[in-house]
Amino acid sequence: MARGQGAALDRRKLLADPVMVTTIVLLITFLAIFILYPLAILLVDSFYSAETGVTSQFFSGIFGENVFSRALGKALIIGLLATLIAAAAGFALARAENTADGGLAPGLGKALSFLSVALPLIAVAAYVIAVFDSSGPVARFLQRAFSGGIGSGALIVLVEAIVLAPLCYRMFDGAMRYSNLTTTNATEQQTLRNKLLLKAAVTALVVFALNLLLIVFLDAALYGKRSFIIAISNTLKVGFLVGILSAAIGLLFAYVEVYVKVRTKFMAGLFKVVSMLPVVSPPFVLSLSMIMLFGKAGIITRFLLHIYDNNVYGFWGIAIVQTMTFFPVCYMMFRGLLKNIDPSMEEAARDMGASRFRVFTSVTLPLLLPGIGNAFLVTFIESIADFANPMIIGGSYDTLATTIYLQITGAYDKNGACAMAVVLLGITMVMFMVQKYYLESKTAATLTGKASRARMLIEDRSVTTPLTILCSMMALFVILMYICVPFGALFKTWGYDFHLTTKWFVQVFKKYKGLKAFKDSFVLSLIAAPVTALLSMIISYLVVKKKFKAKGFIEFTSMLAMAVPGTVLGIGYIRGFAGGMFRTGFLQGLYGTGAILVIVFVVRSLPTGTRSGISALRQIDKSIEESAYDMGAGSLKVFTSVTLPLIKDSFLSGLVTAFVRSITAISAIILLVTPSFLLITVQINEFAEKGSFGIACAFATILIAITYGSVLLMNLIIKYFGTSRKIKEAD
Amino acid sequence: MADMRVKEPKGVELRHISKIYKDPKTGKDFYAVHDVDLTIVPGSFVTLLGPSGCGKTTTLRMIAGFESPDEGDIFLGGESINALTPNKRDTAMVFQSYALFPHYNVFDNVAYGLRLRKVPKDEIQRRVKEILALVELSGMEQRMTNQLSGGQQQRVALARALVVEPGVLLFDEPLSNLDAKLRVQMRTEIRRIQQALGITAIYVTHDQSEAMSISDNIILMKGGVIAQMGTPTEIYYHPNSEFVADFIGECNFLKGPISAASVGEAAVNIVGVDVPVATDKSVKVGDPGEIVVRPEAIAIADEGMLPCKVELSCFMGSYQNYHVRVGDTLVKITDNCPINKKIFAVGDDAYISFDKVCAHLL
Repeated sequence: MARGQGAALDRRKLLADPVMVTTIVLLITFLAIFILYPLAILLVDSFYSAETGVTSQFFSGIFGENVFSRALGKALIIGLLATLIAAAAGFALARAENTADGGLAPGLGKALSFLSVALPLIAVAAYVIAVFDSSGPVARFLQRAFSGGIGSGALIVLVEAIVLAPLCYRMFDGAMRYSNLTTTNATEQQTLRNKLLLKAAVTALVVFALNLLLIVFLDAALYGKRSFIIAISNTLKVGFLVGILSAAIGLLFAYVEVYVKVRTKFMAGLFKVVSMLPVVSPPFVLSLSMIMLFGKAGIITRFLLHIYDNNVYGFWGIAIVQTMTFFPVCYMMFRGLLKNIDPSMEEAARDMGASRFRVFTSVTLPLLLPGIGNAFLVTFIESIADFANPMIIGGSYDTLATTIYLQITGAYDKNGACAMAVVLLGITMVMFMVQKYYLESKTAATLTGKASRARMLIEDRSVTTPLTILCSMMALFVILMYICVPFGALFKTWGYDFHLTTKWFVQVFKKYKGLKAFKDSFVLSLIAAPVTALLSMIISYLVVKKKFKAKGFIEFTSMLAMAVPGTVLGIGYIRGFAGGMFRTGFLQGLYGTGAILVIVFVVRSLPTGTRSGISALRQIDKSIEESAYDMGAGSLKVFTSVTLPLIKDSFLSGLVTAFVRSITAISAIILLVTPSFLLITVQINEFAEKGSFGIACAFATILIAITYGSVLLMNLIIKYFGTSRKIKEAD
Repeated sequence: MADMRVKEPKGVELRHISKIYKDPKTGKDFYAVHDVDLTIVPGSFVTLLGPSGCGKTTTLRMIAGFESPDEGDIFLGGESINALTPNKRDTAMVFQSYALFPHYNVFDNVAYGLRLRKVPKDEIQRRVKEILALVELSGMEQRMTNQLSGGQQQRVALARALVVEPGVLLFDEPLSNLDAKLRVQMRTEIRRIQQALGITAIYVTHDQSEAMSISDNIILMKGGVIAQMGTPTEIYYHPNSEFVADFIGECNFLKGPISAASVGEAAVNIVGVDVPVATDKSVKVGDPGEIVVRPEAIAIADEGMLPCKVELSCFMGSYQNYHVRVGDTLVKITDNCPINKKIFAVGDDAYISFDKVCAHLL
């Protein structure tokens, strides 16, 4: 059975279509150069340099010069000695256990088995505590132990050996026992035993290597630069909290909308506004208003509560602001999922006597579980990739994204920034893979059916009233935070002088070249938007409707950009294009121009556009395009005369989304922008950092006006010129 | 109507066509279509018939060019079209879902193919008008497609395929979305138009009555291979296997050893009775034999060929439906026009008989 001919014919058919071939080749080139290459160069640069070959740049970038090599030397000696002793002890114990005369004292074997799990766990826990809590007692103890002479070294070796010995015992014991059980033939027993012992020895070697790595990291963490360890622990802490909070609030909102009867116009409006927020959420806005509401000069803290020294900066500031920014995304996700749950399932549970709460915990929640994981991870990725909010409201609380930026712009430590970018990328990639390939399929598997009929809404006042109040308070709070910014631009001095003034706007345009910033941002985004929209529609078309070899690559790469934090992409572009591609000077001309900014805009908005394009195209019966193809249209003609008109709405909204995303982009851009371009977002960042909130608010107000204006315009255009209108009218 | 005949209907030849797919569950390759070899003469109406998963649609899609055969060659009008893309092939397809362009009105839908062929404007006007008249949709030119009923959409799809005067017209289960009555009406319509235009048509369906009423030739497929080819009559009365016999209408199978064999005739011993059957097969006495006989060819009476016991007797209007037991075998009988005949009740003993030319030896 050979499928060669069919594949060959498919290839010939594809090659007979020059438009398709050119498009695919161009696409692959674009994706490879502007998404894959910058990430690849980051990885390569971390472990290899042209002058010195394989390097420890990655580690020294993280921990500082020399720390790594010293730590490695120490760890080699300690780790090797400890592992050897542990293996020898373990082997001896295993031997004693497996001798003919009953073996070790009863209970000792069991105790050893227990310790083989418990001790390494305790050790790893101590290790994690020491790394992340550098001033704590564990770290201090370890620091003292590590810094001593031969004596303390020997002590560490002993402790390590004690931790590892039970583990080694268990492996060797297992090998011996198994070979005794399988066969009674003495020679066969011997060969089997040798084989298993060899396997156990190899495992011991792996344990040794892991041990080594742990020691190196610990040592480097104790003596090297702390900034990285702090940044990573900060980032993860914020990410977890924001992920959990956003998922919880999002679920609450979705549940109230889908399950609870709150049919007042006011609530419906609130929900609609909240659902629109994630589309147009310019960076900094929430952070700015958070400071203006709750900061030292905050209206709420200072004037309502008379607290004069409230510190909004830091962990809680970031967490609250990010939660407010990202929970609408979760809300939208959950709303889709909840609407797909067939009400009859819950009615069946209710019918069998379950209370409403029990129905939620035994039916609804389990069905949603993969979706909750999905929402958590999506928010987690967004949170740790977020640059703007930690920048403004983080204060001295640095996350990975801001540390990377500061390494580049402040410390000029490109190696360090590069190494941290690799770590950040690693974290988001793992999360992304789990989310995309595991959770998404699970979510789809449990919730595919369409609800068969309308749900009986909860009308019980004891349920609806508190939920309604809770949701409206939160929604109002979020809306208040958005409204706060324009007012910030209109008051003379926020927190002290509430006279209305236009001086900030005047200053923006007179003193700070506001018009140029406006123009630069607008023009670059206006160029990027149609390119992105068209590109994502072409990618979706190829992915959904065509079959060819490189399809997987195109789909994966364009989605990959979703998992790449902007800061990482920015560093990748610096490393990748500052000296031209592979430092050969090729494409060097791009660096520092507006073109590279446009490309960054395109790459950053591509995943969202492609995703909505794909889902729009999946709605269209494949045979509609096939019939055009069959009637004699080439692929270009099919795309322009059938596909594009049918997904015109999706194309339009993709256009506006790309525009809005571009004009509000900051994380990658701030690393790549040159003084010849003034961008609104960069200006906001600059003035907010300086503490000139009036100017920052004025810029932000302009940005908000542009983004909401564009979205409104889009809705109008779709309403009056969209495809759906023509078809709807016919109904 | 004579001036509307297609200039040159083309013939289609499939030479040992196979298509291999990967089973998504097991990951193993299997033949979706295996060694299909057939010739379709210009101007004929051929139906690919079979249960779902038999490879009929895959075969049609290979002719259209959407799939590429893994083995074998496809010829259209004598030329190999294996490597041609669908848009370069002289075929036009009517899809199961009609696949009308929702953003175009009826006229634009039908004119789509002509515009691609750069036909002058006034000629497009004329030809679209003509073809819409043929499918009885005159005056509907400006309607959007979702303002049409299912049957009308079907006609637009047909008109859109016909107007480009393809060498071969392909139908992929075009009537399966229509209700039963409309289906019967439309298939007569399709046959009428095909004969009026003299066009070659290849039609895919799983509905055997549709296949029989519409086709010059039926190709019955099963598991990717051709089970039987022939005219509807041949397939109905001379099925070559139990599968074919059973798929085309209801059928009874009576098994027993062959008890007599001569030229053109044989006898099969069933429950001790030698039952004569016409056959052109050469069979030997003692071989296992199997008689195929249609329910409407069997008569039930107080005396006859084979004794039986009535297990079901049901009045169906135009006929009386019986299930009777002959030995161990269940035999279904449709006794037409039962009003002036004796009606047997459940549990009655009776006799069945049938003419030897109505039966067929497998």
